[in-house]
Amino acid sequence: MSETLISLASRGRSQGASGRIALRELGRFRRYLSPLLLVAVWQAACASGFVSTRLVASPWQIAQTAASLIADGTLTSNLGVSLLRAGAGFGIAAVVGVTLALFSGLSRVGEDLVDAPLQIMRTLPALALVPLFILWFGIGETPKVLLVALGATFPIYLNLHKGVRSIDPKLLEMTRTLGLSRLDTIRNVILPGALPDLLIGIRYAVGVSWLMLVVAEQVNAESGIGHMMMDAEDFLRTDIIMVGLLVYGVLGLLSDQIVRFLEAKLLVWRPLARGAAR
Amino acid sequence: MSAALKRAQSELATAAVHAGSHEDGNVAVIVEGLTRRFGDGPAVLDRLDLAIAPGEFVALLGHSGSGKSTLLRTLAGIDPVVEGAVSRPREVSVVFQEHRLLPWKRVWENVVLGQEGKDGRDRAAAILEEVGLAHRIDAWPLTLSGGEAQRAALARALVREPGFLLLDEPFAALDALTRLKMQGLVGELWKRRRCAVLLVTHDVDEALLLADRAVVLERGRIRVDMPVALGRPRKHVDPVFEDMRETLLKSLGVSI
Repeated sequence: MSETLISLASRGRSQGASGRIALRELGRFRRYLSPLLLVAVWQAACASGFVSTRLVASPWQIAQTAASLIADGTLTSNLGVSLLRAGAGFGIAAVVGVTLALFSGLSRVGEDLVDAPLQIMRTLPALALVPLFILWFGIGETPKVLLVALGATFPIYLNLHKGVRSIDPKLLEMTRTLGLSRLDTIRNVILPGALPDLLIGIRYAVGVSWLMLVVAEQVNAESGIGHMMMDAEDFLRTDIIMVGLLVYGVLGLLSDQIVRFLEAKLLVWRPLARGAAR
Repeated sequence: MSAALKRAQSELATAAVHAGSHEDGNVAVIVEGLTRRFGDGPAVLDRLDLAIAPGEFVALLGHSGSGKSTLLRTLAGIDPVVEGAVSRPREVSVVFQEHRLLPWKRVWENVVLGQEGKDGRDRAAAILEEVGLAHRIDAWPLTLSGGEAQRAALARALVREPGFLLLDEPFAALDALTRLKMQGLVGELWKRRRCAVLLVTHDVDEALLLADRAVVLERGRIRVDMPVALGRPRKHVDPVFEDMRETLLKSLGVSI
């Protein structure tokens, strides 16, 4: 009697398991279903004349425009310029943010000198500095790169500073009983312990970088994706504007994926990260 | 060799260590007139005197707030000696209630943290073998069970070959069965290495199971200092064990 029960139960379970797997496959597919449906509705609305293509280009039109922009090199050259600006700005932010955070996180003097002004400055919306930056640095590359750098510095600084400051004091106490030098403690405990926070800061910083870039390129630029979009506005080319939006979206998505990948690689010691890497 | 003979020999060995240490004044740890207070409050440690012989296992009991932790932290060198004097061996290791392993370093890297030399992995392997954790040498600390993590912490303490080992309620957070195993392990390691040990605990049974001497702290002073003259391994059913247990519990304000 009991054996029958067990076998029945196990069969029931295996069926349930396979059913669940099938459901999960469907679920994965389901995630793409609604975006695809939206695009289809959009296309239909444009084709039937329900929505004016002068105001909103159809998906098919956008795809064609993207292809031609790639073919004549407009998109690639503008994308190159934009990437360079964002990359340079982010690079400066990373160096400055990490340096300041370590200086203020690891020493009292540093905290007093650096933290207060940075905490005050971070409440300023960085985008409000655009007019000032144009007055100071003109309309060349400098104000654009610096605007990106300024915006991206804060998330890196704030998160890394918090990471350094919130290291478990019990671990620091332990390293003292082991007789570790200050340098060894920084290398073995503080830096690796603050790494998760630094990576969070970098993720925010990447997002901010794109945002700053969009504004910098739309206000005053001769090249770049933002400039391409502003140019298109003058000729009512919603299709080109849409291509620009698409590119920004893809860039944001890709950079986020890169940081996620870094997290999985660098934080293998976290059970969670290992699960995500698999 | 019969078990009884073995026990007699080990007792003799213990006695010899004691005699030797007391005769020629060879003492591992000396605390003299140690006083500590925080702010204007009452003294947490009040002119405390304590001596521990090399190879002696002392259990320190007391209520929360009796000064146990402060004494341990002072002996570990975490808290400063403000008033009084403390002399201790150069190599002192601590095992805390929490394992305090660095989650971003593998078990063996944690064990030899701060140790110099290129043979770190081999040294860690040897000591992990001794504490029964050789199979987790490359594991990440967050994947260890409570007992395994505490074994790793013990290995990290022992790899430095301490003359004085401080154990701060190291088994308090473990489940009952794991705790029994760990107590057995500590007893065995101590028998092999013969370093002076100060075990801070709330558990009277644990103290009587492991220690040569049980010290009860109350308001920063030693209230009871009782030698545990029992053979090893010790049995709860031993009437002497039962008597001592009662004495210690009474001194802690628990009557049964």
